[in-house]
Amino acid sequence: MNEASQRSPEQILRAFLARHVPAALESEEDFFARGYVSSLFALQLVVFVEKQFGITVEPEDLSLDNFRSIGAMERFVARKRGVAP
Amino acid sequence: MTTLQTVAVIGAGVIGRGVAQDCAEHELDVVLVDRDPAILEAALAEIRQQARLYAMLRKRTHDPVRVLSRIHATTSLESIGAADVVVENVTEHEEIKAAVWDGLARWARTDALLAANTSCIPIASFAARVPRPERVVGLHFMNPVALTTMVEVVRGQATHDETLSAALAFLRRLDKTGIVVADRPGFAINRVLMPTLNEAIWVVHDGVASAVDVDRLFIGCLGHKMGPLATADLIGLDTVLRSLDVLHASSGDPKFAPCPLLVRLVSEGHLGRKSGRGFFFHGAAEEAS
Repeated sequence: MNEASQRSPEQILRAFLARHVPAALESEEDFFARGYVSSLFALQLVVFVEKQFGITVEPEDLSLDNFRSIGAMERFVARKRGVAP
Repeated sequence: MTTLQTVAVIGAGVIGRGVAQDCAEHELDVVLVDRDPAILEAALAEIRQQARLYAMLRKRTHDPVRVLSRIHATTSLESIGAADVVVENVTEHEEIKAAVWDGLARWARTDALLAANTSCIPIASFAARVPRPERVVGLHFMNPVALTTMVEVVRGQATHDETLSAALAFLRRLDKTGIVVADRPGFAINRVLMPTLNEAIWVVHDGVASAVDVDRLFIGCLGHKMGPLATADLIGLDTVLRSLDVLHASSGDPKFAPCPLLVRLVSEGHLGRKSGRGFFFHGAAEEAS
């Protein structure tokens, strides 16, 4: 969690995605639709976001729409932390 | 087999825990057996996590607590006496599987349906070890089990029509369709898939293309959902290696000889998704430190 306070959520997400997605991503680019990763990768993203940002992804949050782009995940994390993105 | 209420799942590895989860989600009682208590503990933790997370990828949702409440985890094979169906999923190694089947012969009910979940080993070799070999069938479940709607069903020479009907009914109960194939090494899927994965690994080994690019070509040019190297990582590189070894030994055909790069990755402990690294990184924990 120390790391999370030093780097922005966007930087943390980009560093993680760089290991899995073989291309530079635009903020709103849907990496599932682009075929870079299979839908199973979404499960890894949920676990990563929970551990990295110390939030709990509730059943109603389990939608691909919250995880399909860097921007979507940033907004989701901000909402769960109760702060404006 | 008149009613279907209890399923014994032998082996709590990747596929075994998937079968246990899927059965429990379909309101069946599960006895999950593994000789290693640590593996059972990890299996229950993963089942709890998957029962929750899979809601993202399918329409049904399941309460993880309720799913786990249907699974009785035990190290004792003697606990399978109530099972209507036994699904054996232990590691793809003939001697280990043979020892487990000797245990099934002793502890399973004599009218229980016995299913071998094997990638490549002919099921006749298991049927020969139990009383009433006509009730033995092959059920080749794919990973992730609870998200896959089709199963390769293997009919052995001794398998009765009734056994086949019962096996297909069991799959329907899991909302799956079975496709019946004959009992030859590798059956239909792995006879084709394993040499394909092996050749994709050779392509990387020979420097023709990177793992990322091989997979992108299959996804982008051929419309595959997942490339061959990500598929190998999903199956588990150790399982791919053992499957190739079984196919190589049973056929004598050199096309099944495993690529040295595959052998090296497995010997270094890079087994794919289950170990966090194979041809790709899969972990979440190591980045979160």
